[in-house]
Amino acid sequence: MLPPAARLAARRLLGLASSSASEAAARRLAPSPIAASSYAAAARGSVSSSRPFSTALNYHIDSPENKPDMKWEFSEANMKKVKEILSHYPSNYKQSGIIPLLDLAQQQHGGWVPVAAMDAIAKIVEVAPIRVYEVATFYTMFNRTKVGKYHLLVCGTTPCMIRGSREIEETLLEHLGVKRNEVTSDGLFSVGEMECMGCCVNAPMIAVADYSKGSEGYTYNYYEDLTPKRVVEIVEMLRRGEIPPRGTQHPERKNCGPAGGNTTLHGEPKPPPCRDLDAC
Amino acid sequence: MAFLARALRQSNSRLSSRCPAVAASCRWISPTAAAGSPEAGAAVAPADPELPPPREPVGGARVELPPNPEDALEVFVDGHAVRIPKGFTVLQACEVAGVDIPRFCYHSRLSIAGNCRMCLVEVEKSPKPVASCAMPALPGMKIKTNTPVAKKAREGVMEFLLMNHPLDCPICDQGGECDLQDQSMAFGADRGRFTEMKRSVVDKNLGPLVKTVMTRCIQCTRCVRFATEVAGVQDLGMLGRGSGEEIGTYVEKLMTSELSGNVIDICPVGALTSKPFAFKARNWELKGTETIDVTDAVGSNIRVDSRGPEVMRIVPRINEDINEEWISDKTRFCYDGLKRQRLNDPMIRGPDGRFKAVTWRDALAVVAEVLHQVKPEEITGVAGKLSDAESMMALKDFVNRMGSDKVLCEGNGPNPPADLRSNYLMNTGIAGLEKADVFLLVGTQPRVEAAMVNARIRKTVGATQAKVGYIGPPADLNYDHEHLGTGPETLVEIAEGRHPFCSVLQSAKNPVIIAGAGLFEREDQDALFSTIETVAKKFNVTRPDWNGLNVLLLHAAQAAALDLGLVANPAESIKSAKFLYLMGADDISLDKLPEDAFVVYQGHHGDKAVYRANVILPSSAFSEKEGTYENTEGCTQWTIPAVPTVGDARDDWKIIRALSEVAGAQLPYDSLSAVRDRISTVAPNLIHVDEKEPCTISAEVKPPVKQQVSSTPFKTVIENFYMTDAITRASKIMAQCSATLLKK
Repeated sequence: MLPPAARLAARRLLGLASSSASEAAARRLAPSPIAASSYAAAARGSVSSSRPFSTALNYHIDSPENKPDMKWEFSEANMKKVKEILSHYPSNYKQSGIIPLLDLAQQQHGGWVPVAAMDAIAKIVEVAPIRVYEVATFYTMFNRTKVGKYHLLVCGTTPCMIRGSREIEETLLEHLGVKRNEVTSDGLFSVGEMECMGCCVNAPMIAVADYSKGSEGYTYNYYEDLTPKRVVEIVEMLRRGEIPPRGTQHPERKNCGPAGGNTTLHGEPKPPPCRDLDAC
Repeated sequence: MAFLARALRQSNSRLSSRCPAVAASCRWISPTAAAGSPEAGAAVAPADPELPPPREPVGGARVELPPNPEDALEVFVDGHAVRIPKGFTVLQACEVAGVDIPRFCYHSRLSIAGNCRMCLVEVEKSPKPVASCAMPALPGMKIKTNTPVAKKAREGVMEFLLMNHPLDCPICDQGGECDLQDQSMAFGADRGRFTEMKRSVVDKNLGPLVKTVMTRCIQCTRCVRFATEVAGVQDLGMLGRGSGEEIGTYVEKLMTSELSGNVIDICPVGALTSKPFAFKARNWELKGTETIDVTDAVGSNIRVDSRGPEVMRIVPRINEDINEEWISDKTRFCYDGLKRQRLNDPMIRGPDGRFKAVTWRDALAVVAEVLHQVKPEEITGVAGKLSDAESMMALKDFVNRMGSDKVLCEGNGPNPPADLRSNYLMNTGIAGLEKADVFLLVGTQPRVEAAMVNARIRKTVGATQAKVGYIGPPADLNYDHEHLGTGPETLVEIAEGRHPFCSVLQSAKNPVIIAGAGLFEREDQDALFSTIETVAKKFNVTRPDWNGLNVLLLHAAQAAALDLGLVANPAESIKSAKFLYLMGADDISLDKLPEDAFVVYQGHHGDKAVYRANVILPSSAFSEKEGTYENTEGCTQWTIPAVPTVGDARDDWKIIRALSEVAGAQLPYDSLSAVRDRISTVAPNLIHVDEKEPCTISAEVKPPVKQQVSSTPFKTVIENFYMTDAITRASKIMAQCSATLLKK
């Protein structure tokens, strides 16, 4: 007999997996809470099996392209930008520049920040390296492992999810033949997940971070109102080096207005009647 | 699950019955702060008969109200009015009022983080419960610690903390002394509602001393703040965010601090525990003995936890004047050296060069016989760096009775400055260093020579931006400092006012000069110290209200040896010795010792000097005897025996007393108190335990020095922080530390 809490846990987990699971089934299937959870995890499927945080682990693992003892420095042109960025902050608060500098390093290094770059930034802003690691691991938009030249970020927040972001992601992953946060063999694409980017009106959407041209030609474009078909087209255009028109992909839509033109707000809006200031 | 709860309860009841020794770990937490109606209490004066009498401050904390009444303010804690200085937090106000607020992240010696939320209290007119550790107390604030709001808030926080905390208390080394365990008993709910999977975190490798079980971590960040603020190694950080947050170093890195062991004490859960102590004992099985440490000259206050005849671990005791509540890793982890390489029987080296165990009677008879065959001036006695004052007194009396005055203590150099007590003590006091604003370190690396003094300097530098100038070989001091030079010529430049650092010293209000005891070994030490005195005079370092001229000693025995007058010249004494009595002296050079000299080694470890010894007399280590030690600031302290002696070993002074009888020159004391009576006639300050006897005679009476300063640069005195004496050299843990942490 399971202790009550474990029984409850098993029931809840099985309830997540299939709503028809009865308590009897839970008891039969779950001789121990661990077995119950693994069953539930398996039943929940592969796409949403685990919620990833950022793109990587919270610790560094040495790899041939990412080692602390590698030499890394900002390019000549970016060094000027570094100076410009640091000029925004008082000289005794140089560490305020960590985030913009990490961003710059990420653009220069093809979309991700190696640990050597974090060390270089720590030296520039005169803090211990761990303070830069802390920032870099906190923000999910800093990639600490390799990404593609085009890093595709699928919005997975509720409105996009309801409008089919899971299909978008599945299509992308299937089309590119990769898993999430994996880079294609030609190094061009990688697919990641992101939280709401504020385009819920035009859901579902993806953001494409274009690192193919370094920090000079760096763009970060939104592609909205996507369908699985359209997202494949966008990927193919990117592959050919074209730049797909950003924003909504709905043929009849302009920005986030309704399809087929405005249905309301045709004229100059009238002031609300309750706020007739002259009448006061 | 039920058995887990039972184990938890059991360990907690044991904890409560344990006699608390360290104030930090004994904070007893009660869920009922003060009885009575808080709502009514807030409005009425404390004289209300319904209110319980005001409580004593938590942990006997003393509050010094500022002289100006405008700098104090009054707040009400559960209806009781308390006066506190301005700038106190709500939590501190509650402590003054005698209400203990549960906390995890707050630590009085670290900066305030305010991230555990366990210290939530209700404040009248505040819409939400406030985190008391981070909220400054304001005049007239009505703080309620025992209302349903506060209770519910704590219960909620506790539920969240326990959500991801593994239920492995039965196999956790913190069990029984765990803040989370105690506080969940006091403030937590009796059941949790979380039924999902708990998270798990990869363990980190922080070196041979600190074991990590990161899944148990509750992200209080005490260790991160300790490493950054006190230890001065910015290796630890908080990585990730949300529920993926974890403590770590990001890249593979060991914690290379000499204070790293203290994170074990400040960790409120079992995430950071002692690696050598892992799975060795439960804290309620241990007998705590409050004693002091002898591995350096600081005399850190420690508690030796023992089980039966074995020292299981060493933890710090709070002593605000000496070590606050930290100790160095050497102090904390040297204890396994007490079990290895011990000498447990009297031994005589036979003609074949091998030692043979004999009885005390035979060993003493042999020594006494040899003693009578040599001329009195050929007798030399050397006290080791771990010797207590009693044994040194006995050794000196014995050697003198045998007709020789050649008795010395290792490490004090050819011509020890024993005439004036102020010439070999840290006159400012360790706690006094906090008032300094400029430090000049001459030939000393406090970080390896006295880690706790270094922590004090670092604290001062961090708090007041005090400037530090350092003269000596390149060193890794863990605070901002200016490396002025490597040799005495820089000191001369400062004395003559030609050095740029002079302007810093000139503008200092409370300058401090710290000279290392390594200078004692130099040929030109008189000239050096006279130069240092010139500097002191020039920059007003010694005034009636401030004595900033300090010597940082290296060994526990040094100060007492100089007080007692063990001041013979080692080179001459060794060269002419035919009978050498080594009382735990392992680091004295025996190269010049005549081939035919007879060496008696009396000590607790088979260390360096044993290779040359003819007779071995086993004695007891600091954990096994009662002894008086004087630390570098001149504070006299006692060790208390924690464990029985090993084998046939005896206390040092008793061995000498017995030998004196066999040799026919019986010493006139038979008990420890009689030895102490004898000491009181030589150095009365060694009788006043836990007191710092200030030096009264000024340095003005010193004769002028004709010696010239040589140009030899200062040397590093301690090459290996982890191995400085017989105990630490026998320790396996210290060997591991030397192997892994000193690697460049």
